[in-house]
Amino acid sequence: MPTATSAPADLKTLTTQMRRDIIRMIEAAGNGHPGGSLSVIDLLTVLYWKFLKHDPKRPDWEDRDRLILSKGHACPALYAVMAYRGYFPKEQLMTLRKLGSPLQGHPDRLRLPGIEFSTGSLGQGLSVGLGMACAAKLDKKDWKTVVVLGDGEVQEGQCWEAFMAAPKFKLDNLVAVVDYNGGQIDGPVKEVMDIEPLTDKLRAFNWEVQAVDGHDLAALEKAFAKAWAAKDGRPQAIVANTVKGKGVSFMEHNIAWHGNAPKKDDADKAVKEIENGR
Amino acid sequence: MAAKATRESFGETILEVAEKDPRLVVLDADLSKSTMTQAFMKKHPSRHFEVGIAEQNMVGMAAGLALSGKVPVLTSFACFLIGRVESIRVSAAYNQTNMKLVGTHAGIGIGEDGTSQMGLEDVAAMRALPHMTILQPADHVETQQAVRWMIEHKGPVYIRLTRQKMPDVHAADYRWKPGVIDVLWEPAKKPAKYQATIIASGGPVPHAIEAAKAAEAKGFAVRVANASSLLPFDHEAVARFAKDSQRLVSVEDHNVHGGLGSAVCEAVAEHGLACPVVRVGLRSFGESATPEQLYEKYGLTAPSLLEACLKNL
Repeated sequence: MPTATSAPADLKTLTTQMRRDIIRMIEAAGNGHPGGSLSVIDLLTVLYWKFLKHDPKRPDWEDRDRLILSKGHACPALYAVMAYRGYFPKEQLMTLRKLGSPLQGHPDRLRLPGIEFSTGSLGQGLSVGLGMACAAKLDKKDWKTVVVLGDGEVQEGQCWEAFMAAPKFKLDNLVAVVDYNGGQIDGPVKEVMDIEPLTDKLRAFNWEVQAVDGHDLAALEKAFAKAWAAKDGRPQAIVANTVKGKGVSFMEHNIAWHGNAPKKDDADKAVKEIENGR
Repeated sequence: MAAKATRESFGETILEVAEKDPRLVVLDADLSKSTMTQAFMKKHPSRHFEVGIAEQNMVGMAAGLALSGKVPVLTSFACFLIGRVESIRVSAAYNQTNMKLVGTHAGIGIGEDGTSQMGLEDVAAMRALPHMTILQPADHVETQQAVRWMIEHKGPVYIRLTRQKMPDVHAADYRWKPGVIDVLWEPAKKPAKYQATIIASGGPVPHAIEAAKAAEAKGFAVRVANASSLLPFDHEAVARFAKDSQRLVSVEDHNVHGGLGSAVCEAVAEHGLACPVVRVGLRSFGESATPEQLYEKYGLTAPSLLEACLKNL
């Protein structure tokens, strides 16, 4: 029975290794999005090792839990998680964004088994998650759907159509996670188009909302456990407060690293910091 | 059979299919009374998703349902549904999800409601999407078969339907085939060369037949063909017509740019043929009036089509 419980005790070590690989794969690709990948990696790790029912050997297993990375540009983090969980060999990470690689610049479900939905156009993933959650309800299945959104992404109107619709269909089997790292391409989210007060807005839309430190693995685990237990018809939102570029001093809170690849010098420096666990 | 809007034929057919196919679910965006899904909704409430006036979310939800084994049929007016083209691009085409987009109220044939409610560019938008199939049936028997096929077919499909009633142009035993242009009308005496072949789709089809009959009465040979599949498009049929006709006339209740008219020109050009093409259809937005008045004003009725066939011969 494939489950998430075969997790190694030390998720922290894993996140360190995967942070390093995120830097190295984006360095090798020559472009990509390190900032949002480093902010989302911790929550993806907790989900993939502690919560999601999934089977890397059978990515199309009918009863698996579904995860959609709606902020598709953070796929280096998802690819790292998938490689470490055994969906494909870790060496393949270094083919990111290269001709013929299943590791496209944004996730492509038809090229990489295990990707539930091809994303990259922000704002669509939550609606798709709603559809999946509706299908599970219709079939009386207990698998969950998790959608990971960016904070800038919720500026898209379609997200709010979906936020509005989920309670109507009583989707307590749906978990929306917002990677609230505070940055987007044109600047701080607060300045580009403030989404505050986000938790209040989501509550007003009749979601159950938790705010959590998105880098505290224990806190994330507690929040997901609560969301997983929901049975009252309310869709579950988790606002994960994160740091863009987390783990690399010169990338943290620095919008310049939203969509820039580190050259060798910077990559070496970043990896050293990650490994020293600053 | 009495004339029937293709949207009505669609509504009846999905109700029949739903009895046998539990995968079929329907999504609506506050227009179910107009898109004819109310009967389905009443019969199968748990399989019906009313999403409100939020078409983008409807497209995304349909993708999620499709990826979980359902066959979602999502309906709205052609202009509102296909207006969410980027959502359709990613959630339907790029992800190759098995969703069935149903756009009713095609073209100026809707009449009084005017331009903002008229689907006039939807075919052009959908023709540019890889993995998309586009259907536009002309009457009841064709719609029934096209809808049944669409549900069985794996992949995204866009079907474009009329608000206005359509007379039968096919015999009751007609067997519809996807991707094929069928000939609806031939002059009694087969000519060595036709003065024109009209390639019609959707609302204008009966008017094309009327024009061909009028041509015959004047001693001209005009054939009428029906393009119920706009993508994939029957290039071979167009090439055959281009070889045995002095000209081709395309007619559609849609903008000629990117619609059927463009498809016909592409087929002729790509076969290296020298047959002229007259494209009849919209080159502007529409306006408010009765459907009959608009069809006349925008050249989609028999007299205008006859002129398009015979002018400067």
